[in-house]
Amino acid sequence: MSLALEALSWILIVSGSLFCVTGALGLVRLRGFYTRTHAASLVDSAGAGLLLAGLLLQAGWTLVAVKLVMIGLLIFFTSPAATHALANAALARGLAPDAEGEGVPSKR
Amino acid sequence: MFAVAAVALLVALGLALVRAVGGPTVFDRALAGNAIGTLALLMLAVLGFLTGRPEFLDLAILYGLLNIVGTIAVLKFFRFGNLGDPGEEEAGR
Amino acid sequence: MLQVAILTILLYAFWVLMSGFFTPFLLAAGFGCALLVAWLAHRMEVVDREGHPFHLTWAALAYWPWLVKEILKSAIDVARVILDPALPATPTVVRFRPRQRSVVGLVTHANSITLTPGTLSIEVGRDEFMVHAFTREGAAATVDSDMDRRVERFEGSA
Repeated sequence: MSLALEALSWILIVSGSLFCVTGALGLVRLRGFYTRTHAASLVDSAGAGLLLAGLLLQAGWTLVAVKLVMIGLLIFFTSPAATHALANAALARGLAPDAEGEGVPSKR
Repeated sequence: MFAVAAVALLVALGLALVRAVGGPTVFDRALAGNAIGTLALLMLAVLGFLTGRPEFLDLAILYGLLNIVGTIAVLKFFRFGNLGDPGEEEAGR
Repeated sequence: MLQVAILTILLYAFWVLMSGFFTPFLLAAGFGCALLVAWLAHRMEVVDREGHPFHLTWAALAYWPWLVKEILKSAIDVARVILDPALPATPTVVRFRPRQRSVVGLVTHANSITLTPGTLSIEVGRDEFMVHAFTREGAAATVDSDMDRRVERFEGSA
């Protein structure tokens, strides 16, 4: 593997790991359920995406790469559905969205 | 270098576990559980590379498939108290 | 029927790639399984243009790179807020009317909103989206957004 590709792969893996830790840190630090979901989606989209892209470069053109792409697509399609279901269930259960006000007027 | 990613994921898992134990609402716990699922999936993928055994990726795929079903099932269970209830929207059909 | 055929081929490709073995028995067994699953899905009446929008493949391949770029941009914004000691999060709820008319378009828009860190679709309807944003600026950027127009073009390109 060329040195540039190797370096890019490590940059992707390390930045993905950093996003995962940041997201988990936000999960602990932030206040309010709805605000915390944003930290969790940092793990789901940016962290997982970058980490898998970095591993993909390490794998090269093999079946391992195909499986990594499958995992990526799986997260890509299911994680927003799960997060939306969580938020919607919380709303249906009467958990008021933590907001500092509905600042933006809706455009009709 | 895979070890760096593995350690970072372990730290993230620990932090998510703090939120899962701390709550306070059931949705916070479910959210943390979902995040733990994604982190465990990534952990399995990284472990596969770390130990040079790509079979771990098959486990990761399975974990990803179970993760969404598990999250939805937990949510439905806490909303209706059982898994057989068709839910509000479909009941009116 | 076209959907069923494409579904069978995709399931079979999935089987072959997951197994990694290419003996005649396993290849035949995989095709049998793919056929069976496609037939069961057809019987369940879940194979249609809405559930399997294969006709949008090219439009999706054009839309996804843009979405990835947006995800990375907003991920950096959210990470910066979380790592800031003052934690300057300004959670805001916003309601607006999406431009899309088809179910696939609405779902794509709502999923894109949720997938982007910093915005989360709480309630999704044909006439109104309820979105929770991490910051006030993020909420303002969700209403009548570039994403809205792009998904409208995406669903229209069928």
